Amino acid sequence: MKIIVILKQVPDSETKIKVKGDGSGIETDGIKYVISPYDEYAVEEALKLKEKAGGDSTVTVVSAGPDRTVESIRTALAMGADAAVHVNDPALEGADSLGVARALAKAIQDNGFDIIFAGKQGIDQDNSQVPSAVAELLDIPQVNIIAKFEITEDKSKATVSRRIEGGEETIETSLPALFGCEKGLNEPRYASLPGIMKAKKKPVKTVDLAGLGLDAGEVGAAGSHVKILKWIPLPERQAGKILQGMETAEASKELVRLLREEAKVI
Amino acid sequence: MPTATEAGLSDTQRQVVELAREFARERIEPFAAEWDRTSHFPRDVIDEMGKLGFFGMTTPEEYDGMGLDTVTYLLALEEVAAADAAIAVSMGIHNAIPTTMLVKHGTTEQRERWLKPMARGELLAGFALSEAEAGSDAASLAAQATKEKQGWVLNGAKAWATNAGTADLMMIMARTDQTGARRGAKGISTFIVPTDSPGYTACKPEDKMGLRASNTAAIELSDCRLPADALLGDGGMGFVYAMEGLDAGRLGIGAQGVGIARRALEHCIRYTAERRQFEKPLHDFQAVQFKLADMATRIEAARALAHRAAVRKDAGENVGMHASMAKLFASETAMWVTTQAIQLFGGYGYMRDFPVEKLFRDAKVTEIYEGTSEIQRLVIARALR
Ligand SMILES: Cc1cc2nc3c(=O)[nH]c(=O)nc-3n(C[C@H](O)[C@H](O)[C@H](O)COP(=O)(O)OP(=O)(O)OC[C@H]3O[C@@H](n4cnc5c(N)ncnc54)[C@H](O)[C@@H]3O)c2cc1C
Repeated sequence: MKIIVILKQVPDSETKIKVKGDGSGIETDGIKYVISPYDEYAVEEALKLKEKAGGDSTVTVVSAGPDRTVESIRTALAMGADAAVHVNDPALEGADSLGVARALAKAIQDNGFDIIFAGKQGIDQDNSQVPSAVAELLDIPQVNIIAKFEITEDKSKATVSRRIEGGEETIETSLPALFGCEKGLNEPRYASLPGIMKAKKKPVKTVDLAGLGLDAGEVGAAGSHVKILKWIPLPERQAGKILQGMETAEASKELVRLLREEAKVI
Repeated sequence: MPTATEAGLSDTQRQVVELAREFARERIEPFAAEWDRTSHFPRDVIDEMGKLGFFGMTTPEEYDGMGLDTVTYLLALEEVAAADAAIAVSMGIHNAIPTTMLVKHGTTEQRERWLKPMARGELLAGFALSEAEAGSDAASLAAQATKEKQGWVLNGAKAWATNAGTADLMMIMARTDQTGARRGAKGISTFIVPTDSPGYTACKPEDKMGLRASNTAAIELSDCRLPADALLGDGGMGFVYAMEGLDAGRLGIGAQGVGIARRALEHCIRYTAERRQFEKPLHDFQAVQFKLADMATRIEAARALAHRAAVRKDAGENVGMHASMAKLFASETAMWVTTQAIQLFGGYGYMRDFPVEKLFRDAKVTEIYEGTSEIQRLVIARALR
């Protein structure tokens, strides 16, 4: 089985994000980058499927991003993926979700695929668009936010469940299909030391947009349908107010007034 | 934040250190206070680390190890020690002492049988040199090994052996010379002793000040019968093997001290920014700033000393003196930094609810085991003559 994982590198959730002074983006200095956590579930599910399917099954990681993305790709390889395709093109900097999906879909098509796992969303911009767009471009079904995955013996169908308000929805789909993975689907393994050693020798193919036969003017930033106008930092938290030197009854009254009139929460 | 970093690491080395940091942050640190309180040795976590390769880090690849350099090993050990020094001690002893002994002196069969599963994390190994009457003067040890037709018989008692009751095998130092004809260090040999051997008894675990999650216990050897191939290397060379192992071990204690001290500093940096007195955060007082600056400087120096010795070791130099320097400086740094940390936390620092109190208790033993600070100074002074 040709198992594909779409993977995105994002800033570590513990990194403090600072917006650039001119609002054109975020400060990238000192940011630690990691595999988007939902994509780790995708890697784990792909590895589990490979172990189960056996034979000559392979897991190939496909990721679009700048040079630094290779570190996250290597981590996935150290976890046990077999190979990777790295789409690296400066024109993708500032591309919209559709552009990125076009690049990924083409890379996946060139590689061949039987099933695709992705994270349900990237934890940086939380768009949740790329996996669905990739599925659409490849003309295959997709189920997003899956919390359970099972495949039939003949590998022609998969049964997955999604958590929905007040219950669980079970969906059966034909394969190939794309699945967006949710927390709880599995417990991602650690990349082991032997895995890290072996990952050094695993193939990572780097391609640019021209290599994929795509037009940078259309797929890249130049063809983006979305323009981010400005990045605005979260407002600093205001200092609290302390009511002092009042009787309790008087203070309570004042507190209620402030909550109603200033904070507008009651 | 002053996390452990080293200029010039390869991608692979950096990945190894990051894995150690991630594992320590997720699987060790959140539980360390509880293990400390209940004196629980989490063998499952040790096994998980073993499966990931952390118990064969410097073991050559031909023996199923990772074949990594000593600096990478020390960086990984520092991450584990920063999360819980009680876990770090198992990793440090196993990787340094029994592993070094088998790599250097094991027969092909001994390496197959013991070293390979140790490197794969399937067997946990410890080291028993000290006795109740033979601590700093370890060469005066009295446990006796007697040669029989079938193999060896061990009798005597060992004191304070880490993992005596939790390891799968122990490297035990015993005399092979005749009682009454004591030839000091020259009469000692090293034995590979599975802990399920008849006649091997691990006593009740010691109730310790720190490293409470680590198993420390005496061993009773009463007619403990071992096969002939339990003897490691040449008879009478055990003390030399122990000292070789301790060279590697002391670098590990260096990393352990750095890890403990670093975590204490990290807590202090955060706390002194939050805690306000006299209408200012504590870190606005210069006396506090200077303390933090001294803590950070000593930690950097301690790490540099250990790593420098590690580079020498990997280059094949004799590092006896350098390992002692690294161990001495890092352990005294750990004790000093954690003492300052309690001071900076004030009354809160003295409470079990805050983490610096445990770091302080854990730091103390680094000045004692694998040779006290006084013994390190002796080793250094002798090398200067
Ligand atoms: C938690 C823990 C784990 C341990 N794990 C192990 C283990 O796995 N394996 C093992 O074999 N041992 C282990 N030990 C034992 C440890 O190595 C010894 O405690 C240590 O070597 C000191 O010996 P001692 O306690 O007998 O002290 P002593 O030798 O009695 O020393 C007491 C004091 O006298 C000082 N002193 C002694 N001789 C001199 C001298 N010549 N000049 C100046 N000062 C001197 C010492 O520095 C010390 O301050 C462990 C100990 C602890 C506490």
